[in-house]
Amino acid sequence: MNIGSQMLHALIILFAAIFTDNILLARFLGMCSFLSVSRQVKTAVGLGLAVVMVMTFTIALDWLAYRYILQPYAIEYFRFILFIIIIAAFVQFIEMVIERYSPILHQNLGIFLPLITVNCAILGASLFMVIRQYNLIEAISFGFGSGAGWMMAIVAMAGIRERLNNAKIPRGLQGPGITLIIAGIMALAFIGFTGVLSGR
Amino acid sequence: MNFFFIPIAIISGVSALLAAALIFAERVISNYGEVIVNINDSEKEFTVRGGASLLETLTDQKIFIPSACGGRGTCGYCKVKVKDGAGPLLPTEEPYMNAEERAAGIRLSCQVKLRNNLKIEIPAELLSIRQYVCTCETIVDYTYDIKQFRLMIPEGQEMKYTPGQYVQVLAPQYEKSTEEVYRAYSISSDPADKKAIELIVRRVPDGICTTYLFDYLKEGQSLNINGPYGHFYLRETNVPIIFIAGGSGIAPIKCILHHMRNRRNPRKAIFFFGVRTTRDLFLVEEMKRFESGLPDFKFIPVLSQPEPTVNWRGTTGWVTTAAEEYLKNQTDAGTYEGYLCGSPGMIESSIKVLTGFGIPDDKIYYDKFS
Repeated sequence: MNIGSQMLHALIILFAAIFTDNILLARFLGMCSFLSVSRQVKTAVGLGLAVVMVMTFTIALDWLAYRYILQPYAIEYFRFILFIIIIAAFVQFIEMVIERYSPILHQNLGIFLPLITVNCAILGASLFMVIRQYNLIEAISFGFGSGAGWMMAIVAMAGIRERLNNAKIPRGLQGPGITLIIAGIMALAFIGFTGVLSGR
Repeated sequence: MNFFFIPIAIISGVSALLAAALIFAERVISNYGEVIVNINDSEKEFTVRGGASLLETLTDQKIFIPSACGGRGTCGYCKVKVKDGAGPLLPTEEPYMNAEERAAGIRLSCQVKLRNNLKIEIPAELLSIRQYVCTCETIVDYTYDIKQFRLMIPEGQEMKYTPGQYVQVLAPQYEKSTEEVYRAYSISSDPADKKAIELIVRRVPDGICTTYLFDYLKEGQSLNINGPYGHFYLRETNVPIIFIAGGSGIAPIKCILHHMRNRRNPRKAIFFFGVRTTRDLFLVEEMKRFESGLPDFKFIPVLSQPEPTVNWRGTTGWVTTAAEEYLKNQTDAGTYEGYLCGSPGMIESSIKVLTGFGIPDDKIYYDKFS
């Protein structure tokens, strides 16, 4: 493959990860923070940015660890443990750095980092990368795309929920009930992208 | 063998490496040096290593801020006023603050990190909450289901409480309970007695804490308590007082009466004490002594169901009805302050009676036993 078609392929993966194969709405990963932190657009944006950043970096680190540690020793089955350890350590480290050197960034983004250490979308993205046998460039664009897709979904959800504050919702559906229904409708809408792009 | 050990060695090696890197990073990056925390305009001040949350730091300093979620920012109880040094309000705190609190600089202490010197304000009552490992000195039977427990405060410690406040008693794990539970009991003893506090406890059938106190706690054994808590105490005014209590609800009122006698408080006061039968009646002699020791105090025991066999010459009926009858004959009924302590039902109906005579809600103080 020449560089041009390689870049095009990475771009396709990026957009596929955002729209057609949205990690949240098509794969239902990262649901818990999606449901609990989607009350305000402002916080959703902060959390979304944190996810984009963490996903992009950890997927690269995980790719390197997979390629240069797990594969040479043929212990790929340890990827679950290793990926989780790397994600946790990376999040801790990034939080420390941000907190120390950029209070503004920490205030807007850093405080969400502990919340997403255990976000299954992050681990999920790394595992998809293995299954789909991406190279490093593809993996990074997949990580960034998945993060961006997740962010788009949660910001959209937060926007809807902010408007729901003024809506009359039946008592039994208030809170998680209506949120899950909305998530379902959003997922249905995203099915409309099916077949447009395929990153696989 | 290699099949077995190499993967383990690799995974452990990577984990150890990452852990070492994190520890190193924490030393270098998260070193905030020493910070000074100043509480209530220098009433208390201490120096600690920065980096931890304010809530953790205060707990280390034995200042107990209420918190139910353990510092994850989900309960919103650990509010503290920070006057200086906390930085802007975080998005994790915003949902728990109303506009007033924002303006006043209220913060969730579990979300505030110690990065530089901090000036904070904590209500004096929280500052004085401590844990005490008391020794149960004596247990006195008042009635068949009410006992008084005298707890010695450990040597060198002092509990500064306002008469009427309560403490929390920790019932440890024992045969009938697999978990530790805290239950609140009002202090009933003379506040002049600094060595000990007394609690009056009514047995609750199958109650975890009362069963422990009644059946398992022996004189000489130790008991963990913390406190004091509560806003039920005598307000410093000179209007007449009406006390209404049922059963063990007499406890905080007894404490207040001691305090009034110590201070030679001349306020007019009347105390309606409701129980069911003569078997349930206790502390009558003590109350008689308050009647002679205080300038203007009357004690009226009221039995709801006196035994037909006993010749009861006192008041009969509901304690609230007795109070109502009394207030009817007072021309200044609306000026009274009400102090109520007892079951929720008794308190509800007492409030109805008192407000019916024009006593405003904010002049009625109560402790609900539930």
